[in-house]
Amino acid sequence: MSTVTKIKAIINGIPVEVDQGATILEAAHKAQVNIPTLCKHPDLVASAGCGICIVKIKNNRKMLRACCTPLEEGMDIMTHDPEIVQTRRTVLELILSNHPTDCLVCGRNNDCELQKICAEFGIRDDRFERILPNIPVDSSTKTIILEPRKCIKCSRCIDACQNMQDVWALSYVDRGFKTRMAPSGDIKLAESPCVRCGQCAAHCPTGAICENDETQKVWQLLQDPDKHCVVQIAPAVRVAVGEGFGYPVGTNLTKKLYALLRRLGFKAVFDTNFGADLTIMEEGTEFVERFVNKKGPLPLITSCCPAWVDYLEKYYGDTISLFSSAKSPHEMVGALAKTYYAQKKNIDPSKMKVISIMPCTAKKYEISRTEEMSASGFQDVDVSLTTRELIRMIKQAGIDFKQLPDEDADLMLGDYAGAGTIFGATGGVMEAALRTAYFAITGENLKDVNFTAVRGLQGVKETTINIKGTDVKIAVAHGLKNVKYVMDKVRDALKNNQPPPYHFIEVMACPGGCVGGGGQPYMVTDDIRKQRAKGLYEEDANLPHRCSHENPYVAQLYKDFLEKPLSHKSHKLLHTKYVSRPLYTR
Amino acid sequence: MVVETLKDDVKAVIERWKDKEGNLIMILHDIQDRYGYVPREAALEVSRQADMPLARIYEVLTFYNYFKLTPPGKFTISVCLGTACYLKGAPALIEEIRRLLQVDEGHTTKDGLFHLQIVRCLGCCGLAPVITVGHKVYSAVKRTDVMGIIAEHKTVEA
Repeated sequence: MSTVTKIKAIINGIPVEVDQGATILEAAHKAQVNIPTLCKHPDLVASAGCGICIVKIKNNRKMLRACCTPLEEGMDIMTHDPEIVQTRRTVLELILSNHPTDCLVCGRNNDCELQKICAEFGIRDDRFERILPNIPVDSSTKTIILEPRKCIKCSRCIDACQNMQDVWALSYVDRGFKTRMAPSGDIKLAESPCVRCGQCAAHCPTGAICENDETQKVWQLLQDPDKHCVVQIAPAVRVAVGEGFGYPVGTNLTKKLYALLRRLGFKAVFDTNFGADLTIMEEGTEFVERFVNKKGPLPLITSCCPAWVDYLEKYYGDTISLFSSAKSPHEMVGALAKTYYAQKKNIDPSKMKVISIMPCTAKKYEISRTEEMSASGFQDVDVSLTTRELIRMIKQAGIDFKQLPDEDADLMLGDYAGAGTIFGATGGVMEAALRTAYFAITGENLKDVNFTAVRGLQGVKETTINIKGTDVKIAVAHGLKNVKYVMDKVRDALKNNQPPPYHFIEVMACPGGCVGGGGQPYMVTDDIRKQRAKGLYEEDANLPHRCSHENPYVAQLYKDFLEKPLSHKSHKLLHTKYVSRPLYTR
Repeated sequence: MVVETLKDDVKAVIERWKDKEGNLIMILHDIQDRYGYVPREAALEVSRQADMPLARIYEVLTFYNYFKLTPPGKFTISVCLGTACYLKGAPALIEEIRRLLQVDEGHTTKDGLFHLQIVRCLGCCGLAPVITVGHKVYSAVKRTDVMGIIAEHKTVEA
């Protein structure tokens, strides 16, 4: 065990002791101070870009940035004397001199870190002449909107895109006063390697990067008497939506959400967790076919995450044959809503509109990714909203969310097992698949369905599961930078004709999985990711069915409609194809 | 711009610098020496062959004034904005050139003839304000001289 050296210092006259290497910003919490900052995010390295977090150190003439200055033994620090506060004010006024003031019509109005800090500092006038760059809005991806005019050059999006996600769509171009964030040398975002994961938007402190807000589109559909609007919610939404209404982080609000969605005007409320159970039936069977019956290459790689699908198509096009052909859960629910459900309920599918509520920006792209996304004969999912957009819709409707009663989903496409709900956390898809694969291989149910080795926030989780004497080697990666380690091993083995290093791989693009998705409420940290995941695992533990194959409505669906997993009909409705795509289209 | 030898040119340049740390700048220098600027096709080819994100390449290309992203003009007009030239009226000369040629600094006219660049001291402050066109130096230039200087080079071209 390595020993950590402790550092003792004084902050605002209060003695503090922290681990060596901690910055002044981190250490200040021990003296009950939150030093303000606009550029430092707990997920990311300090860029020292904004200059708000300056502090004074005794016997040092200069003010230093707390975000990137490690605490040293014996330091005597002041975090907020009148001169510091005044200097921070000036820094803010300088930032504002290059920032538009159209807050009332900005995507981050009332949820903006710059706006908040300006309110706290009581900025009342423009001390410096305002000079705004004339850079056009980029809405080319239709999922993420770039407004570089509103950028304060904090570097968070660039660090998230380059280092956290290893995508390299965004960078700075030019220098000095002309510095601006732009996709890969001034092309459109859609022409760049962007995979629409939305981590840039989730980390942006201002309105410079936002999801494409489609709430008005949904209101239009809801008020159209000719349309039959149905809705589904993804696993991770239920444990994050409460953050918009003052609930403790991680509170699971599934049943309130069902009631809410009916009151917004949806004719039926489905659950993407049902689709997750179905994904496991298809993907789990696919795994057994490849692993036991040797029909197809290994490792099998999960494909529920559309940002990961896009990343693989762009960066690992040579490994497409390893990808599960199963569609993502919400696409399965969309295809079945317009076929199975429409037939049972005698609804004209051409008049049905399926809206998905997702923790994700990339789902907006996925719904029209390929022609298989219109397997029902119509686009299977019509609109995909993020959790943030749903929170805004609830507030627009004026519904008192906290007072709503609990309701159930429309169970035909809405019932789910515990396996379905843990899809929202890293490792969840793998765990769900193992529960059902065990049954498919052995014909018996597991005594203990918990695979704790695949849970948690470690970037890559590798383990071997023994299924009645047969070893299954698995890997789980989340946060796209962690993919390289796993996929390079796979590539090397392929190249050298060696047996595959794993049999089954799960990847989720966002750190923590969907609970940390690019469409979730802002200011996520590892602590928040853990609490949201906890909300899902607790639900799983308390559900009557834990395994996807035990879901009675999934069984009914196969009996009445699909016949069996990987049947001809399943293939047509629930599976898709992938193509290798160029990184740059210009 | 499409050059048939582009792939091979880039390959040779990368080969030349492959063992040097921080070789991106050297690679881009060589490409600019070869083509007079760094065409997007060349940047993309470097990205592919050196397995380096285009975003990183453009960070470098746009950070250093030295690198050009558009073809240079046949004649480069350099206007000195050193202290002496500045005080003796160089800003008015820039304004006049921009008006006559409809071109911004760092850019090339549509006909590809003139590239306008701003430079710091040319080392002949006694002659301020100074303009150079190609290798020819014009001293004590007045605003009214600019049209003639441009016409002189247009005539050469014709």
